Amino acid sequence: MLRATLKSLLARKLRLTLSTLAVVLSVMFVSGSLVLTDTLGRTFDNLFANIYTYTDVQVSAKSAVQEGGNNDTSTPFPASTVDRVAKLDGVAKATGQVFLNGAMPIGHNNKVVVNQTGQQFGGNWAGEDDLVKLAEGRGPQTDNEIVVNKGLAEAASVKVGDSMDVITRDHERAAYKIVGLMQYTGGRNSMAGESTVFFTTAKAQTAMLGAKGAFNVIEVKAASGVSNEKLRDTVKAELGDGFVVQTGKELSEENSKAIKNILKYFNYVLLGFGAVALLVGVFLILNTFSIIVAQRTQELALLRAMGAARGQVLRSVLLEALIIGFVGSVFGFLVGLGLGALGAYAFVGLADGAQVAGLGFPISAIIASFVIGIGVTTVAALMPAVKASRVAPIAAMRESAAPDRPLTKLTVSGAIVTALSAGALAWGLAGAGGGTLALVFGGVLGLLIGVALLTPVISKPLVAALGAALSWSVPGKLGRRNSSRNPRRTAITAGAVMIGIAIVTAISTIFTSLSTALGDTVAKDLQADVVVLGQQTNEVPPVVTLPELAKIEALPEAKTVAAITVDVVKINGEQAYVLSYLDPAAGAATLKATASQGRIDKLDTGEFIVDKKTAENRKLKLGDTIQVTFSKGQQKTLKLTGITNDSAIANGIVLSYADAKEGFAFADPWQVFLSLKDGSSPEQAKAAVNDILKDNPQVQAYTKDEYVKTNQQGFNVALVIVQVLLLIALAISVLGVINTLLLSVIERTRELGMLRAVGLRRGQTWLMVTTESIVITVFGTLLGLVVGVGLGAAIVTALKDVLGFGAVTLPWGLMVLYFVASVFVGGVAGLIPSVRAVRLNVLGAIAYE
Amino acid sequence: MTTTVTTGGVAARTVDVWKVYGSGEAQVIALHGVSVELERGHFTAIMGPSGSGKSTLMHTLAGLDSVNRGEIFIGDTRLTGMSDGELTNLRRTKVGFIFQQFNLLPTLTAEENILLPLSIAGRKADPAWYDTVIKTVGLADRLGHRPSQLSGGQQQRVACARALVSRPEVIFADEPTGNLDSRSGAEVLSFLRNSVREYGQTIVMVTHDPNAASYADRVIFLADGQIVDELREPTAEAVLDKLKGLDSDSLRSGFAGASAPGKAGEVA
Repeated sequence: MLRATLKSLLARKLRLTLSTLAVVLSVMFVSGSLVLTDTLGRTFDNLFANIYTYTDVQVSAKSAVQEGGNNDTSTPFPASTVDRVAKLDGVAKATGQVFLNGAMPIGHNNKVVVNQTGQQFGGNWAGEDDLVKLAEGRGPQTDNEIVVNKGLAEAASVKVGDSMDVITRDHERAAYKIVGLMQYTGGRNSMAGESTVFFTTAKAQTAMLGAKGAFNVIEVKAASGVSNEKLRDTVKAELGDGFVVQTGKELSEENSKAIKNILKYFNYVLLGFGAVALLVGVFLILNTFSIIVAQRTQELALLRAMGAARGQVLRSVLLEALIIGFVGSVFGFLVGLGLGALGAYAFVGLADGAQVAGLGFPISAIIASFVIGIGVTTVAALMPAVKASRVAPIAAMRESAAPDRPLTKLTVSGAIVTALSAGALAWGLAGAGGGTLALVFGGVLGLLIGVALLTPVISKPLVAALGAALSWSVPGKLGRRNSSRNPRRTAITAGAVMIGIAIVTAISTIFTSLSTALGDTVAKDLQADVVVLGQQTNEVPPVVTLPELAKIEALPEAKTVAAITVDVVKINGEQAYVLSYLDPAAGAATLKATASQGRIDKLDTGEFIVDKKTAENRKLKLGDTIQVTFSKGQQKTLKLTGITNDSAIANGIVLSYADAKEGFAFADPWQVFLSLKDGSSPEQAKAAVNDILKDNPQVQAYTKDEYVKTNQQGFNVALVIVQVLLLIALAISVLGVINTLLLSVIERTRELGMLRAVGLRRGQTWLMVTTESIVITVFGTLLGLVVGVGLGAAIVTALKDVLGFGAVTLPWGLMVLYFVASVFVGGVAGLIPSVRAVRLNVLGAIAYE
Repeated sequence: MTTTVTTGGVAARTVDVWKVYGSGEAQVIALHGVSVELERGHFTAIMGPSGSGKSTLMHTLAGLDSVNRGEIFIGDTRLTGMSDGELTNLRRTKVGFIFQQFNLLPTLTAEENILLPLSIAGRKADPAWYDTVIKTVGLADRLGHRPSQLSGGQQQRVACARALVSRPEVIFADEPTGNLDSRSGAEVLSFLRNSVREYGQTIVMVTHDPNAASYADRVIFLADGQIVDELREPTAEAVLDKLKGLDSDSLRSGFAGASAPGKAGEVA
């Protein structure tokens, strides 16, 4: 029996290749994403290990607001702290340093020199040490001299002796003379592509920390014989709770962990792709094995007639699945390994300077590959295997396979699964307690499977209608008839197409609805004609300076000018975003906010306003107070003095500018909304504002239309990513279509021979097979579009309260695109089977001996 | 041996046709310099033991198989050397087929199956002729049925109608009664003979059933790739007698072939 299985497996190479390919594709994504994350993770481990090689112990002050923010080194402390550490036992040397994010170098084009890391460091020059080396020139001696890292010099094409503008953390722009270029030990131009500007210590203290004589980091060197851990404990005991004291090893691990956390989300996206690939792959594998069993009916029946037990037949098919699963997993894992490593190189290539860690074989990827590959294949083959074991020995004598069984059982189970899943989805979306997300996902998954089960029934009328459109030629008509010959097979093939398209359409519907809603609300509610904002290139936000704001307010066409600043604070111990308008009345007018209770056009220190919904959520009423801890460390009790009506764009907690100025990390306006007097041209006003901002390379003015589009850009990027998902799903379902059609061509060899004998041309044969392919693909696509739009619309409607809007916008353009793509894909999928049909030897096909 | 031309001219002929399969030790000479002329308006049966080359002869005549040497004509058209496209055209216009396995398309009704070769070629049936054909095969009340709803005999009659409806120069029938019981077989054969007698259709039939052969005007006997004999106005008994003689010959040559491999087919 084993021999028979293996021989039959090897005898059908094409079948083997196609079904293995399905497993390979599914496994590839899973292993690829795991390998990518693993490689990147180790790359960053190495990177930080390098950075902190020479650090024994480092001290920084704890932030008042950021949680777990040991990474936040922006809280300054006086030089006396350094002295306290230096005097401790076991300390060889304690050096106060200024080193933090937020020094924006300006290039020749008057734009900020951006890098991919989001890190633009500014620090004090403390001379060369183990890590920092001068490559050229000397250190800064006066406040207008700087040293920059060689990577930045190359990116901005500047050299020693050149002048360069830098915007420091205090948002002051000034010109500096480059007197030296630095490298890290080992000749590295940067650690990972970041930029660093070194000032004199005094300049760094005022420009980066805003405090004379202050530092934000202490580098502590251990005296000989003192371990880093012991040193850490000594320093900790001296400085107390307000400081974070870590060894180099701890810092390296922590920084690496932070990046790995970001990578984790990246990994989720990739694994999501893998999951979709897997889902479609399951259909493909299921289909392949149904086909294999159908093809082998006579062979299996013969084995049964010669005395093979049911169990033996069952095991024979399962063994075949096991082999295909194993081979597919091996290849899938290897291809994934290659792709993951390639991805890591591409990713790290963005940040020059970092070195990719060597190729690794993460255990998780190996286990996942084999469990998924073999497991999914075996489970998918189980149903066909059971069917195979039921093949009656008499089938060996029959001319062809028995006609399709009735679809009743399938339809009933499909209807039940669909109804249950729809119920679960509805319940989940209505927000039923804790398991909501699980309910929604389970519902979506179940719904897809339910619809797939119903596909054979739906396929009859729909395929007939579809085919009618293609029946203008005899081959087209024949192809259409062929596609409705075996509803099960057509349906399961179309089902694979359906799932991919449905998922993509659902996501596209949600994003398009979001994007449109956002655009609509902004267009409707925002009373501004010109908006000023910038792109954030590091943790320091781009801002409009107060003098610039004054000039904008002084423009003759300006009616109202609303300037907004944002920060994170702790409210009653919990982190929250808060806003502040420089002029609350202008803010309310621009955002079309109206008072529900109290007054909203004026805010004094110690007061705040909220929108109605936030007030309800936080159970606040007029006169209530909250405890706020600001970034800069102050604590204040604020009183609620006004509640606004619900508005789509104005919500959250709004503080007085007096409090913001004192407590916010960056109190200058992040965004400015300018509304114009009647009859003024937004384009002209925009030009005038940009003229005012010509020395501010961080921000730019946009007209309202441009602003709306910018806001929607994020969704457009997301939509593009979704299309990649579509490509993956389609690629796998194409294999299914090819598989099905190849089988059909093989099964109908005699018919094809007859048709050719009575005068069907090669071109017509191709047309016939291609029509069938297109009908199946288009059928799956239409079904997917309907299911996808339904799902998307259901989710948007159900999440109305969460998202703040409930209008569904259908992605018509994309849907048409999917449809056209499916016709094309159907045509491509029909190619291989067509070639096989066209090349058919007429004589061989009709010979009966 | 060459057959004489009779009235009505020649519908198809072969001139010194050789067909060899395989090479070296495994070489089989299926046709061994066969020259034959098939008269127009006649019902010709080709008979012979298994492996005599009768099917190969029919396939090459119909343009389904190529030959190694020699020429084949349907009417005045030379088949040898034609491209696949030209052969397809020829099959559309000049050749009809009836198969042992009926070979109807299960997705089409009887009527659609009958009209299939015409619709593939984009032609319309001559309505009067179509009616005649339908009446002759006696399927008027079965036209809307699918093949699976028809008996074997009915299916083969549909196949006959399909071959007749385009009025081809020659209809090739490959064991048309091989899958039928004797009564259905007799019906189909009478029907074929009538279409020759009444409408002047040319039919070439391969069979190994002497009874079936007795419906033909002429029987050609093949053995080891060569034409060895023929009978006109045959009876089943006469055919059987001839075959018995051939079988013993063939047995002898079979032994000869076995003792001298590679030379099979050259004896006779």
